Amino acid sequence: MAQSKVKPKQSPSTAAFEPWNDPNEKPLIQFKGVTKRFGDFTAIDNLTLDIFEREFFALLGPSGCGKTTMMRMLAGFETPTEGQILLSGRDIGDVPPNKRAVNMMFQSYALFPHLSVWDNIAFGLRREKRDKDSIASRVDEMLRLTRLEKFANRKPHQISGGQRQRVALARSLAKAPKLLLLDEPLGALDRKLREETQFELMDIQETTGTTFVIVTHDQEEAMTVASRVAVMDEGKMVQVATPQTIYEAPNSVYVASFIGDVNLIRGTANLRNVATAAPAAPESESETKPEPVTKIETDEDPRKPQPNDYGKWLHDRLLAPILGQRVDEPKALPAPTKAELAAAAELQAPVDVPEGGLTIDWAENTPALIAANGDPEFDGNEVVLALRPEKMGIAKTKPDAPNVMRGKVIDIAYLGNISTYHVELKTGTMVKAQVANTRRVSRRNITWEDEVWVSFSATAGVVLTE
Amino acid sequence: MMRRTFLIALPYIWLLALFLVPFAIVLKISLSDIALARPPYMPQLDLTGGLAAVWDFITQLDFENFVFLTSDDLYWKAYLSSLKIAALSTAITLVVGYPIAYAMARAAKEWRPTLLMLVILPFWTSFLIRVYSWMGILSTEGVLNQFLIGIGAISEPLQILNTQTAVYIGIVYTYLPFMILPIYSALEKLDDSLLEAAEDLGCSRTTAFWLVTLPLSKGGVIAGCFLVFIPTLGEFVIPSLLGGSETLMIGKVLWEEFFSNRDWPVASAVAVILLLILIIPIVLFQRNEQKQREAEG
Ligand SMILES: Nc1ncnc2c1ncn2[C@@H]1O[C@H](COP(=O)(O)OP(=O)(O)OP(=O)(O)O)[C@@H](O)[C@H]1O
Ligand SMILES: [Mg+2]
Repeated sequence: MAQSKVKPKQSPSTAAFEPWNDPNEKPLIQFKGVTKRFGDFTAIDNLTLDIFEREFFALLGPSGCGKTTMMRMLAGFETPTEGQILLSGRDIGDVPPNKRAVNMMFQSYALFPHLSVWDNIAFGLRREKRDKDSIASRVDEMLRLTRLEKFANRKPHQISGGQRQRVALARSLAKAPKLLLLDEPLGALDRKLREETQFELMDIQETTGTTFVIVTHDQEEAMTVASRVAVMDEGKMVQVATPQTIYEAPNSVYVASFIGDVNLIRGTANLRNVATAAPAAPESESETKPEPVTKIETDEDPRKPQPNDYGKWLHDRLLAPILGQRVDEPKALPAPTKAELAAAAELQAPVDVPEGGLTIDWAENTPALIAANGDPEFDGNEVVLALRPEKMGIAKTKPDAPNVMRGKVIDIAYLGNISTYHVELKTGTMVKAQVANTRRVSRRNITWEDEVWVSFSATAGVVLTE
Repeated sequence: MMRRTFLIALPYIWLLALFLVPFAIVLKISLSDIALARPPYMPQLDLTGGLAAVWDFITQLDFENFVFLTSDDLYWKAYLSSLKIAALSTAITLVVGYPIAYAMARAAKEWRPTLLMLVILPFWTSFLIRVYSWMGILSTEGVLNQFLIGIGAISEPLQILNTQTAVYIGIVYTYLPFMILPIYSALEKLDDSLLEAAEDLGCSRTTAFWLVTLPLSKGGVIAGCFLVFIPTLGEFVIPSLLGGSETLMIGKVLWEEFFSNRDWPVASAVAVILLLILIIPIVLFQRNEQKQREAEG
């Protein structure tokens, strides 16, 4: 899924790009308590937000949550009912759209039907009173970028929906504005072209330093291109953070379930008593302690080199008279010393079960779940443990993990590179566990109706309140 | 199969019965000679006489009347003057009609049906009554002059009725809806986001109008112009009721030939020439409609 993608944003050259954490950095756009009402319907509700220069800012949210309205206010087609919008520190309340260094790609494309593709793209450049040659070369460059060279002379009604979308994109890019607003710019493109265009956009952004605000319904796209993602709901920003933070540490159940797949396990939080952590979970202790010992004793590597028939024959004929009969059984390792055991335990313990955090009682007669990263503030509250399916393991035998849950496989969704197991827990809750398909499907040992164990580490989930 | 053929044939039958046959009759009369008879022209086609009679009939037809039209400069002057009046009143109608259509298309959605109704409302009364009421308005003792004298703008009544001005007023008034409706329908279809896009790309409101609104309403403008120009060219009632002796229009000439002179053959010749003149704008109009449909398709 999203994190499997190569993110150039994480490359060392741009890794340090975090102007929102720098108090000295001046934001390019500032929303200050902006409210927009249509009649008595509030489309944007008291929005305060800073967007910085060179950012790639993605707006995510369900249909009708106010994304387009926010863009239209930036472009100058709507005026805020309350509050101010500043561009480079200047209130742009009374600056008309044609005087703003902002270009917008419309959700409906808004291509001029009486002009050819070429003239549509040249439209904004002509208004700048540029000379003919520079307009022509810029338009051709845009056509090349969006692969529309062949369609330059066609009218908008003579090209396909995806091609129209690319014309709209090219037209808004042509003027190389300071701020570019893209309202669902790639929705109509096929996956391959969409991905290529995403990278083109990031390239353009890096070379020109344009600030992008992009609306998308595709979370993967937001994750790929954005420096920060804003999740909106009913005119409010629910969370504004980097894609990683949004995905790994959503601040609410809404964000967790809006972005990607998530398992939500409801329960009551209790402060995890560190001192009694070990005895409080006897079942996990009894499983964990002997495990390493038995593991070492019975560890039989089937791939240990064995002679083949020819080797055996050779041995028997040549070496046996001198060295004696060959012993086929693997040689047992000496039992680990106490010091070795202690060292092994020390190595494992802090990795598997960090101290602190919360335990969550989620079902009767089942051990509480451990969330070592849970906020102690939630002690005693009803909480939701949000778990990404790919952080869940699934096994037929009880695994050695701080959190295990029993269940039955109801459904298996094969998605090519991964499989998602839908597991019904003993309590009736359905959870999803995602496993990479490193083996062929036929070799898979878990199948429908199997009793399985679903497991996850003590820090895999995020504890949220509703 | 039969049904389809019939359906396709239906409009052609209609066209044949109501346009081509009457035109053939008019054409035939224009090639005949005036006669003191009833009907007042010669020869008459007598189908009972067989092929010989038909041949005899055909040999008697000639282009004498068309030659006559060139001999008297009244006719070509009337054609020319008609063309001029039609062109000028079309231009005036456009200048008056476009802003009205524009304002209607920009008006709040809930107002538009009412405004549209107001434009169509005059059609609910007879055209003749409306022209007569203009006589009442424009005459020297009319409403307009009395009003102007009343407010002291003029001391002598203005002579408007029976002048060229009255003809233009009458034509513009009568044909304004034909200009407004197609322009309005083009402007109403115009997507507001196109104007926003134009502004976003650096146009002022005025340039956006010239570069986007006007080109996109072009089809409506052309249709409106033809709808005004074509009937105005042959207009007869307005020039004869509101115009004076100096108003020379082919429609009037045609009427006089038919009813005052009872010269049906010459009148028919005038009508045939008028039709030939009109064919050019009608064909252009059809082509514009076609192009419009293709652009939308
Ligand atoms: N001109 C308007 N008059 C009244 N309501 C409006 C107007 N424009 C937008 N709205 C309302 O404001 C809300 C936000 O609309 P907006 O277009 O910003 O949604 P969006 O987030 O862009 O949705 P989508 O993802 O479907 O494009 C919607 O409920 C919409 O109905
Ligand atoms: Mg939208």
